[in-house]
Amino acid sequence: MSDTLILTPNIDGADDFYADLLTAHEGRDKADSDAFNARLLLVLANHIGDRTILKQALAAAALTKEEDPA
Amino acid sequence: MNKIFEVPMYPYARHEDQDAGAPARRKVVVIGAGPIGLAAGIELAQEGIEVVILDENDKVSFGSRAICFAKRPLEILDRLGCGQPMVDKGVLWNKGKVFFDDRQVYDFNLLPEEGHQRPAFINLQQYYFEEYLVDRVRALQEQGAPIEIRGRNKVSAIGTHPDHVTLEIDTPEGSYNLEADWMIACDGAGSPTRRMLGLDFVGRVFEDNFLIADVVMEADFPTERWFWFDPPFNKGQSALLHKQPDGVWRIDLQLGWDIDKEREKRPENVIPRLKAMLGDDVEFELEWVSIYTFQCRRMEKFRHGRVLFAGDAAHQVSPFGARGANSGLQDTDNLIWKLKLVMEGKAPESLLDSYDQERVHGAEENILNSSRSTDFITPKSEMSRLLRDAVLDLSEHHEFARPLVNSGRLSVPCTYDGSTLNSADALMDGPARTRPGSSCPDAPLGDEFLLPKLGNSFILLTIDADAPEEIEEAGITVKRLALSVKDDKTLALKERYLGDHDAGVYLIRPDQHVAARRPSYDDNQFRAAIRRAMGKE
Repeated sequence: MSDTLILTPNIDGADDFYADLLTAHEGRDKADSDAFNARLLLVLANHIGDRTILKQALAAAALTKEEDPA
Repeated sequence: MNKIFEVPMYPYARHEDQDAGAPARRKVVVIGAGPIGLAAGIELAQEGIEVVILDENDKVSFGSRAICFAKRPLEILDRLGCGQPMVDKGVLWNKGKVFFDDRQVYDFNLLPEEGHQRPAFINLQQYYFEEYLVDRVRALQEQGAPIEIRGRNKVSAIGTHPDHVTLEIDTPEGSYNLEADWMIACDGAGSPTRRMLGLDFVGRVFEDNFLIADVVMEADFPTERWFWFDPPFNKGQSALLHKQPDGVWRIDLQLGWDIDKEREKRPENVIPRLKAMLGDDVEFELEWVSIYTFQCRRMEKFRHGRVLFAGDAAHQVSPFGARGANSGLQDTDNLIWKLKLVMEGKAPESLLDSYDQERVHGAEENILNSSRSTDFITPKSEMSRLLRDAVLDLSEHHEFARPLVNSGRLSVPCTYDGSTLNSADALMDGPARTRPGSSCPDAPLGDEFLLPKLGNSFILLTIDADAPEEIEEAGITVKRLALSVKDDKTLALKERYLGDHDAGVYLIRPDQHVAARRPSYDDNQFRAAIRRAMGKE
């Protein structure tokens, strides 16, 4: 791992996590949810910290054909 | 109150050049007696080079304008003999607060690194800054230095030639012609020189307007930089409050690009804005109000034959980060020693192309930083606003988000990585901050400091290393400054210049940038490094 973005299943209890994510958005209007997502993104990015991983994550999220981060 | 910027500092006086049969030829003509032109003139005069500074006006800066001066320019001013009055008069600050909407989100302390003679920043009105530079010009004149300022001398035409420049100059008593071996244009963002020579000013990134007010008040605001994002009193825009000497406070209110400047400047429109910001109960007097329009762009080249551009004439940035005057002073600091070597015939004219190369690099860095600040302060899309607001909201609760808050990345000196004047770094794994191209960081030496000892000439700095006391090479003499890590009990010298090494030898340029470094003295290598730093290799 270290400097390679994990793109294989890595969350224990994937269904529970997804439910947590939906719960976090419950009762929020669109603007509030968008703001929440933006904050969540920044919190997670800071946790990762490593710029090479973050760059790979940006590329992965773009859904471009080039899947190989190298 | 008596305003220094309303008093003529260099009133028009008839000069014999105006009555000469044929145009007089001067060594260097500097256009513009602003901070950059005056600094250029002072350095030339200190080096014994004849210089005439022309200015269409006869007074110092009208209003405070550039107010924040960083450590590096203060160190340059020390070498120009006028750093001390600036620091004595200036307001020192390290702390700041950041506000978002109607609340404070966090405060900060810049905690400047120890072991530097000069502070990280001072606030000082540009009119004082220029006054002290003019004082220095007068002191040099008394010592017989070849420098003069000609007030109300407006250049109306410029002719360029391979080996000189011709100028037509308008004065209250008519026009006259003058010739110069070299010309330095420091005539500001709207540079008439640039226009007269039909030169480009490209790369406009954006445009914005600021209401800038100097307010005199007895207020108990602390000596801090206060920055507001999207405050209730200036919705959707930014605001800045900063203390200057003499109980004068500087207020910058962002207005956006689509405004009626004349209308915004009227006191009946300005005062309600300031009251909304400061509170109804604060008594204040408006000293000066202006609308400042900025753009982010630069000339493609700063050297055009015998005409050299410096400061805002060459490049313009947003005010965030105090990168205007601060970078302009680094322009002339970079230029003058090169020009001197070329004028003395010791270096090829092509050395001046390294001025262009190095300072374009500096300007690019400043434009990049100030563009990023502007993108944060004025989000350009719905998503960039969403992310910006997320950063600010998080910064109130979590420390991690604070480095992402960008209200201006304050000016730090540029490192000339990749400059053709650098020799390859031979101090393996040495401190990155002193790699070739870097400006020398200061370090304490007992009761003294390192930078004043480096002076204004090429110097060989040895730290616990042997070397000759002098090297004669390529027509110049490089003297040695021999130090030991023992000279600094704080070990800053070792940490900043040696790292894990026990010894080191540095070749340092007259502008106190590192040209070469090695773990020990090697005669061939350092002679080559001297030639390279003079553009001869």
